[in-house]
Amino acid sequence: MSNKKKYWKGLEQLQGASHFEKHANKEFAEELPLNGNEEPSRRDFLKMMGFGVAAVSIVACETPIRKAIPYVKKPDTIDPSIPNYYASTYVSGSDVASVVVKTREGRPIKVEGNKLSPLTGGGTSSQIESSVLSLYDKERLTGAKMDGKETSWEEVDAFVTKELAAATGIVYLVSNSIASPSTLKAIGELKAKYNKVEHVAYDQLSVSGMLDANEASFGKRAVASSNFENAKTIVSFGADFLGSGPNKTLANKQFAASRKLSETKKTMSRLYAFESNLTLTGANADYRTAIKASEEGSMLLNLYNIIAAKKGGIQVNAPEVEIPENLKKAGSDLLASEGSGIVLSYTNDKNIQYLVNAINGMLGNIGSTIDVDNSINMRSGSDADMIAFVSALTSKSAAGIIFYNCNPVYDHPLGAQIEQGLANVSFTVATNDRNDETSSLVKINAPDHHYLESWNDFEVVDGHLSLSQPTISNIFSTRQAQDSFLQWAGVETTYYDYLQANWESSFFAAVDQSPYLNFQAFWDKSLHDGVLSLPSTKALSITSADTSNIVSVASSIKPSSGGLEVILYSNSSVAEGIQANNPWLQEMPDPITKACWDNYLTVAPSELEEWGVVLGDMSTNLVKLTVVGQVLMLPALPQPGQKVGTVGLALGYGRTKAGKVANGVGSNAYPLIKEKAGYFSYVIDGATVEVTSEVYQVAQTQTSQTYMGRETIIQESTLTAYQEDPQAGRHFPKIATSEGFKKPYAVSLWKGHQYANHHWGLAIDLNSCTGCGTCTIACQTENNIPVVGKQEVLNRREMHWIRIDRYYSHTEEADNLTGIAQSRKLEEAAENPEVVFQPMMCQQCNNAPCETVCPVAATTHSTEGLNQMTYNRCIGTRYCANNCPYKVRRFNWFKYHDNDKFDTNLSMNNDLGKMVLNPDVTVRARGVMEKCTFCVQRIQSGKLEAKRESRRPNDNDITTACVSSCPSDALVFGDLKDPESKVSKFLKLQSNDKGVEALEPRAYHVLEELRVMPNVWYLTKIRNRDAKEEKQSAAHS
Amino acid sequence: MTSESLIREPLITNGKTVHDVTVDVCSRVEEKPAPLWLMAVGISLSLLAIGGYTVAITLWEGIGMWGLNKTVGWAWDITNFVWWVGIGHAGTLISAVLLLFRQRWRMSINRAAEAMTIFAVICALLFPILHMGRPWLGAIWALPLPNTYGSLWVNFNSPLLWDVFAISTYFSVSLVFWYIGLIPDFATIRDRATNKISKAVYGALSFGWDGAAKTWSRYETVALVLAGLATPLVLSVHTIVSFDFATSVIPGWHTTIFPPYFVAGAIFSGFAMVLTLLIVTRKVFKLEDYITIQHLEMMNIVIIITGSIVGIAYITELFMAWYSGVEAEQYAFLNRATGPYWWAYWSMMTCNVISPQLFWFKKIRTNIAATFIISIIVNIGMWFERFVIIVTSLHRDFLPSSWAMFYPTMYDVGLYLFTFGLFFTLFFLFAKFFPVINMAEVKSIVKATGEKINK
Repeated sequence: MSNKKKYWKGLEQLQGASHFEKHANKEFAEELPLNGNEEPSRRDFLKMMGFGVAAVSIVACETPIRKAIPYVKKPDTIDPSIPNYYASTYVSGSDVASVVVKTREGRPIKVEGNKLSPLTGGGTSSQIESSVLSLYDKERLTGAKMDGKETSWEEVDAFVTKELAAATGIVYLVSNSIASPSTLKAIGELKAKYNKVEHVAYDQLSVSGMLDANEASFGKRAVASSNFENAKTIVSFGADFLGSGPNKTLANKQFAASRKLSETKKTMSRLYAFESNLTLTGANADYRTAIKASEEGSMLLNLYNIIAAKKGGIQVNAPEVEIPENLKKAGSDLLASEGSGIVLSYTNDKNIQYLVNAINGMLGNIGSTIDVDNSINMRSGSDADMIAFVSALTSKSAAGIIFYNCNPVYDHPLGAQIEQGLANVSFTVATNDRNDETSSLVKINAPDHHYLESWNDFEVVDGHLSLSQPTISNIFSTRQAQDSFLQWAGVETTYYDYLQANWESSFFAAVDQSPYLNFQAFWDKSLHDGVLSLPSTKALSITSADTSNIVSVASSIKPSSGGLEVILYSNSSVAEGIQANNPWLQEMPDPITKACWDNYLTVAPSELEEWGVVLGDMSTNLVKLTVVGQVLMLPALPQPGQKVGTVGLALGYGRTKAGKVANGVGSNAYPLIKEKAGYFSYVIDGATVEVTSEVYQVAQTQTSQTYMGRETIIQESTLTAYQEDPQAGRHFPKIATSEGFKKPYAVSLWKGHQYANHHWGLAIDLNSCTGCGTCTIACQTENNIPVVGKQEVLNRREMHWIRIDRYYSHTEEADNLTGIAQSRKLEEAAENPEVVFQPMMCQQCNNAPCETVCPVAATTHSTEGLNQMTYNRCIGTRYCANNCPYKVRRFNWFKYHDNDKFDTNLSMNNDLGKMVLNPDVTVRARGVMEKCTFCVQRIQSGKLEAKRESRRPNDNDITTACVSSCPSDALVFGDLKDPESKVSKFLKLQSNDKGVEALEPRAYHVLEELRVMPNVWYLTKIRNRDAKEEKQSAAHS
Repeated sequence: MTSESLIREPLITNGKTVHDVTVDVCSRVEEKPAPLWLMAVGISLSLLAIGGYTVAITLWEGIGMWGLNKTVGWAWDITNFVWWVGIGHAGTLISAVLLLFRQRWRMSINRAAEAMTIFAVICALLFPILHMGRPWLGAIWALPLPNTYGSLWVNFNSPLLWDVFAISTYFSVSLVFWYIGLIPDFATIRDRATNKISKAVYGALSFGWDGAAKTWSRYETVALVLAGLATPLVLSVHTIVSFDFATSVIPGWHTTIFPPYFVAGAIFSGFAMVLTLLIVTRKVFKLEDYITIQHLEMMNIVIIITGSIVGIAYITELFMAWYSGVEAEQYAFLNRATGPYWWAYWSMMTCNVISPQLFWFKKIRTNIAATFIISIIVNIGMWFERFVIIVTSLHRDFLPSSWAMFYPTMYDVGLYLFTFGLFFTLFFLFAKFFPVINMAEVKSIVKATGEKINK
């Protein structure tokens, strides 16, 4: 302190100069020209402006920050640009499927089927394919919340455990059906700890009646597995097992397998469908009969009597109705294929299901094609439990509710009551991934991981297990729900350890342990495969159905009161609406109506005319649908095949809090579901409609209904004709030349291409394709295809590279007409049409019309037979698209990425969504043409893989996204140059100087007469119809 | 007694002298802009501005602003392109082909017709560029320019590339031909000019024309050579434009009749457009003595002939569709006549086939009002012809699954208006600042009898 040394700032201070004193306390000693005291001078202005301009321009010149950061320390298992695959299990609501997840640089980009799974057979569905985008949905909750405010997990745990302990009444744990043994065990821990926890499960598509009936018939409350593959006769009563049944992936697989034909297998199953809506199953039926849903009971009773008469069963009182020819026929076919038939209904009515069981029982189908022992665990929800829960809620006796990944306020018929009731409960928790209709009403949000971030296990079918493993560490601060349950139950372990322990005690004990060194080896193997089948898979012990109550059950089946019937269904795209905020699903055209971004009433065209609805090109009128107190304004869409007196309406739409993609799309039909004798009925009668003059547009990707009788597009025949002549139904166009008629390929200006090494080709079996549309989404995921939104679909600019053309058979009148009159009539679909699905993608023509017309050679022919598109070179004249006879080229009309106008295109418009993009495929710029490439990136990587191992690539190395996703194995891809490839054998290829020729008698090229020589073959559609009708149709042609 | 031949009607009436020609034509250039002209230019410029807005938006957002879709990849863009190119046929036909055939009646109309050709081709050229997804690249990449992309070259198989050559050649030859013809007349204006600016500008434009006999001789040689060059172009341009369609596989496009049919159609519409413009010009600029009823009648006869050729082509197409036995082809034509675009087809038929047949009546073909109306109808019909060929063929081709309708948006209309604005702005500027009649040539057909002078 005594140090009084003084430091001068300069001589001026020492000398005490006056001007120094004056400025001593200022930062800048000199007079600054920018001082505010004086009038700013012109020079100041110029200086400031100069600085400003320079500063602004420097800021503007800043290069955007690239967020790709190289690994400082590279993980052993991750190599840049080399994908890793992990077996896992898809779960959404009560739907479960074994999958393999492709990850690139640590992020999942594609979900494929697990080929090792006996439960899916390696197929997927559109929901499964899209689920990877839901992982990167920005609408997901980013962490725990209490009263809508972000909070920590510790506080959540403290609050929940306190509440659980303090609760005086029942705490309900509400979920969709859970097929996970370890999850159920974890919930059991919660129940054990607080013995007031009650688990209530429901399904959006409830089969509660079937479960109860099965309990009565078989003593087992579960959904029986139907083995469609071994079935000879399948009779479906409104059961859309291909489109919305439990485990539909396997159903598609098995059904398609039963339809495959070859030199050695010339028989196939026959499918009868009795239904009101034209479902995917009905579209695949050999005999489809349009009935009112209310007539189902009497049809079944009559069928029962037909069969009981032959099998010596008790006759029951069946209403005396006109029995359709097809029902009698179905009855005799069922009797002829005893033990290998399936009668199926999904009607949520115990009596109906009891009757169905009785029929199957009499026919000996139980224990052969219908397996009750190894039942499906996907839909096990109980309507009665839910009704009890809701009444507890309304009577304010519920002490608390935990919603485990379910959204009953939206997707339960009693949603409105649940919503009201929630106000009475102070302790409410939801593990839902977003602030949806239910979770926005609860106190605590404890968001669960996405399934791609989770550990889990599932027992989809008894004895068949499937494991889930995380493929990315959790993106947000979410916590796996099971971890939450364990935490709240006071179990001090992670769910991962818990799961392993459960597997060690439950499943490791059950398998033959000799191949495994220890549990870890077993675990690693199971995790690697993703699936495990227990050897204890039960023998088929249940072989008959109890029929003791049949008379009383039959007498209680009464036709409903009548009036217009509304049949609620779940479509193949948005399905139950859980993934409604997934734009890929919203834009996926419905397989039947080809409409997207909406739900609508499907109405018989004749009825629509009667109502006075004015139809335009994709435009219709809004109709006011009134169902006991519920009013919905819905567009009415003409639907050939719809039973007059019934209308169809899809569930899963009308979300209000799912996110910006789904909100406001369509109307919510769940509240229309009515309870009938304790079960929620998806058929509502007594509806009235009132047509308004309001014009509404429904976006459809296809508006022409028939193929105009053009046999160069669709070639089809019947089974009996095929058995006589494998070329039945084939059409052979001939070209007139000076030397007489010639085959199109015999006449050409072109020399043809020589392929030295590979020549890629695809075969599509029209008989196997069920039209589900999974390939469309698989392709969209694989190839970074943008979503364009409803308005652009209305403008007919959807971007899908592979589409499924759906054609109805034309009216029969057309066959008797000629000329203009015929051509007009050919455009009209028959009242109850036959349906054919034709997947259509770039045909990779050998004489490609698109290649010759591009002025800048942006689309060229590869040395491997591919018609390749060079985006960089494309200037966008669209000449190629015009000249494409198959109209498979898609143009980037706008910039679809990083564009606010296309903000529903989630995979390209925000940083999180972009994580889903496949880095091997370019995101196309505005103004360029794009199209199917045969997944050239997959071909390339397969070739590289093979090259590394110094061998030719084979079928296992290379397959396209559509082929790998197809649940019905309708598509076969491979190297036409490789005689051992599946496609070569399938098509029986033979090479000659003109190229390759398929000797398979069913194989044909679409538009063969154009001589564009596609590398895609189609195999004729064969319907299992009787010869009599076939002769009739022969007479027509 | 007159000294004129009795056999031929004079091409220039009312005994115009050589001096009269100079005065009648040059005074339009020299006098102050008339209010009517200012108004017309104003309207054209506002069309240009409105259209320009839609063009700017289209360039900024993408051609999704138009009504095109996955099935109909071309509609108004290429319809307008072909329409304008077609209109651009008359000028060169009149000046080159008729020059070779020594048809002197062409002399009073060829200047304006050629100007129209050039402006129409400019308008047409906008479409191939603007219709591209990436015009900023396409405008360059469509040319066979040496580049640094390795051996990357244009695709000589593509008719679009042939278009690039055909139209650019046609445009440059027409421009040179037109300009050579203008030089002596610019010199006349230069010589008459009283203010410095005019003198300088027209002096520069006239390239130092001195009127010497040798210069005239060269001038005529060049004109003949260019006419020889331009004549095959008249046939080639629309032939090649028709290849865009004829070489494709689309039913309704894939037909060998297109080249002659397109050329006839082009001359048809070109003459109609010349008529529309000249009927107005002769009235406004009081050039009735130069562009006489006889001129109009001659052009109307050309319209009857080409209109009938076009009509026969339409019927031949229908016959071929039936006779070919090709399903898709048959449907394409059935669909044209009876499908959702039936109105376009029947507008085309009425305007192009029926309306020109009225010219068989001399009263009608010598009636100015009737000629004016029919000339406009013909061009409406020719627009529909291209629309029918392009849109109705594309919208329903092979696979019914992809059948779709095309609905134009205001941006489609906007671009069309833009070209109208451009065309008329250019034409009005031409009419005011350039000699609308080839004075030098017309002077050669003036029968100067001295009668008028002697009066």
